[in-house]
Amino acid sequence: MFDILQSIIPTVLFYSAPLILTALGGVFSERSGVVNIGLEGLMVMGAFVGIVFNLTFADVFGVWTPWVSLIAATVIGALFSLIHAVASITFYANQVVSGVAINMLALGIGVYLTKVWYDKGQTDMVNQPFYTTDIPVLSNIPLIGTLFFEGVYVTSYLAIILAFVAWYVLYQTPFGLRLRAVGEHPMAADTNGIKVERMRYIAVLLSGALGGLGGSVFALTIASNFSHSTIVGQGFMSLAAVIFGKWHPLGAMGAALFFGLAQSLSVVSAGVPVLENIPQIILLIAPYLLTILALAGFIGRADAPRANGVPYIKGSR
Amino acid sequence: MTANNRLFGILVPVISVIVGLLAGAIIMLASGHNPIEGYAALWRGAFGDSYTLGETIRRTTPLILTGLAVAFAFKTGLFNIGAEGQVIVGWLASIWVGVAVEAPMIIHLPLAVLAGAVAGGLWGFIPGLLKAKLGVHEVIITIMMNYIALHVTNEIIRSILTDQATTTEPIAATASLASTWLQSITFYSRVHYGVLIALAAAFVMWFIIERTTYGYELKAVGFNRHASNYAGMNVSRNIILSMVLGGAFAGLAGTMEGLGTYGTISVMSGFTNLGFDGIAVALLGSNNAFGVVLAAILFGALKEGAGEMPTAAGVPTELVDIIIALIIFFVASSYIIRWALLRFKKGGNIDV
Repeated sequence: MFDILQSIIPTVLFYSAPLILTALGGVFSERSGVVNIGLEGLMVMGAFVGIVFNLTFADVFGVWTPWVSLIAATVIGALFSLIHAVASITFYANQVVSGVAINMLALGIGVYLTKVWYDKGQTDMVNQPFYTTDIPVLSNIPLIGTLFFEGVYVTSYLAIILAFVAWYVLYQTPFGLRLRAVGEHPMAADTNGIKVERMRYIAVLLSGALGGLGGSVFALTIASNFSHSTIVGQGFMSLAAVIFGKWHPLGAMGAALFFGLAQSLSVVSAGVPVLENIPQIILLIAPYLLTILALAGFIGRADAPRANGVPYIKGSR
Repeated sequence: MTANNRLFGILVPVISVIVGLLAGAIIMLASGHNPIEGYAALWRGAFGDSYTLGETIRRTTPLILTGLAVAFAFKTGLFNIGAEGQVIVGWLASIWVGVAVEAPMIIHLPLAVLAGAVAGGLWGFIPGLLKAKLGVHEVIITIMMNYIALHVTNEIIRSILTDQATTTEPIAATASLASTWLQSITFYSRVHYGVLIALAAAFVMWFIIERTTYGYELKAVGFNRHASNYAGMNVSRNIILSMVLGGAFAGLAGTMEGLGTYGTISVMSGFTNLGFDGIAVALLGSNNAFGVVLAAILFGALKEGAGEMPTAAGVPTELVDIIIALIIFFVASSYIIRWALLRFKKGGNIDV
C-alpha cells in the first residue's frame, strides 16, 4: 500500500500543478463575469514562451533559467490575454467566441514562430527544465515526508500555495469582494462606485498571467519542448476544474488534483492491483464525464457567477 | 435602420476579412517574408490548376457542414462548440457501416451517410437535453463531449474495429462517395460527390429556417425564450431539436471525411479542427445558409492554399490559422467596425 501511494502521490502533484494554476486564472476571470474558454490558448502561449525563453537564455541565467522562464511566460500570458479583455470588455464581443479565437490564435502564433525561428515544427528539448528535488526539512518527516516531499517538483507546491493566496485575495480582501460583486451584479457594483471595466480587465489579465504560468510549468516539467501537440486539452480540463470546483479557488484546486489523479492513474495503473482491471478508456474520459455529471446537478448544485458571460454596457438595463 | 443593419451585415464580414489578410501581410513582413509572394503562393495553392481546385472543393465540403451545424444552433440562441465531437462520431459511424455492412450501393451508401448523421445527432442530443431539461450551459457540456468522442472513438478503432491497429481497413466500394469522373476532370484530386450533399444540406437548412413552422419557432426561441414559451411554443423541444439537427449536420461533415476523402478512420492524437473552424465559418457567414457556403469556400481556399506557402514562399502554413483567428476576433468585435463606420456618417446611432 505504501509503495503504491509513494508511486501515485508525486505523479498526481506533478500532473495537477499546471491545471491548478490555470484553473485559478479561470476562477478570477469568471468570478469577474468574463467567461474564459481561452484558457487553453493562454496555456499554449505560456508553454511556447517558457520553452523559447529557456532555450534562448539558458546560458545567461544558468540554473535560474526555468524560474526566469516562468516569469517571462507569466508576463507574456497576461499581455496576450489583453486581446480577450479588449474584445470582450471594451467591444462587447461574445466572450465564448473571443475565447475560441484566443485558442486558435495562440496555437497559430506559437507554431508559426516555432517554424520561423527553428525551421521545424517543434523546438529542441530544453537543457534547463525543472528537476525533481527533495524539499529540505519537510522531507525528513517520517512517512509524510517520503510521500509528499521526496522527489517532487517545487512548482507543485507553488501551485498549491497560490491557490490559498487566491482564496485569501478573493474572499478576505476588499479587492476580492469588488471583483466578485462585478461578476454577480455589475450594475449594483457600478452604482457603488466600483469601476466594472477596470475590475474585469484586472481579472482577465490575472487569468492570462496564471494561464501562462500554468502552461510554462507544464512545458518545463512534463513536455520539455514546444510543438502543436504540447498543450492538448489541459486548458479545457482546467476550465472543467473551475466549474467542478464551483468557481472557488480551493474547490478548483481540489478538482485539479482529482483530474491529476485521474491522469496519473492512467499512467501508473499497470502497477496498482485494483486499477489494472479498469479499462484505460474509463480513466481517460473520467474528468470529462464527471464534469458533465457535476453540471447536471448529480454531484451537488454549482451556480456560475450571475453576470458571467454578459458584457456590461453602462446605462443599459 | 433595417437597411442600415443589412448593410452592416455585409460590411462587417468583408471588412473583417480584409483586415485579417492585411494583418497576415504585416506578420509575413515582420517575420522576414514577402507578403506578395506569400499570397501569390496561397492563391496558386487554392485555385492554381484543376487539381488544386478539386482539393479546395474537397476541403470546403465538410466546412460547409460544420458551419451549418454551428449556425443552426446559433439561430436558436445556442452555441454548439461541440461540432468537433459530432464530426468525429459521425466519421466513425459511417466508416463502421461502410466496413461492417455488405449491401448493394443503393442501400449501403445512404445507410452509411445516414449513420454519420444519426451519430452526430445523438452527440448533439445529449447537450440539447441537458440544456432543455436542466438548464446546463451547452458550451461546457459540448467541450467535454468533444473529448469523450475523441477518446472513445480512438478506443473503438483500436479494440473493436481493428486488433490494436491505428487505422481501419478501407470501406467497401459500395459505401464510397469517391467519384472517378470528378477525379478525372480534376487531375486526380480527392474531390468527391459529398459536395452535393453539403450544398443540399445548406438548402435544407435555409428551407427549415425560412419556410417552415419549425424554423420560425427555432428562431423565435433564439430571440426570446420566455416570449416563445408564453406564445405556446415548446421551448425545450425546440432547443433539443436544434442541437440534434446541428449535430446531424456536423456528423455529416465527418461522413464526408470518412466516405469521401479518406475511406478509413485512424486513431487521432488531437482534434480534426473541422468543428472549431465551423465556428469561424458560421460567424463569418452571419449564420445564414448562403453566407455559410461563401465563408466555407473562403476558409477552404485559405486552408488548402496554405499548403503551397512553405515551399513557394517559405511562409509556415500556420499563418492561415492566425488570419482566421483574427477574422473571428474582428467579426466578434463587430462593435468596433460599426463604431468606425458610423464615425464617417454623421448623426448615426450605434446599435449594438
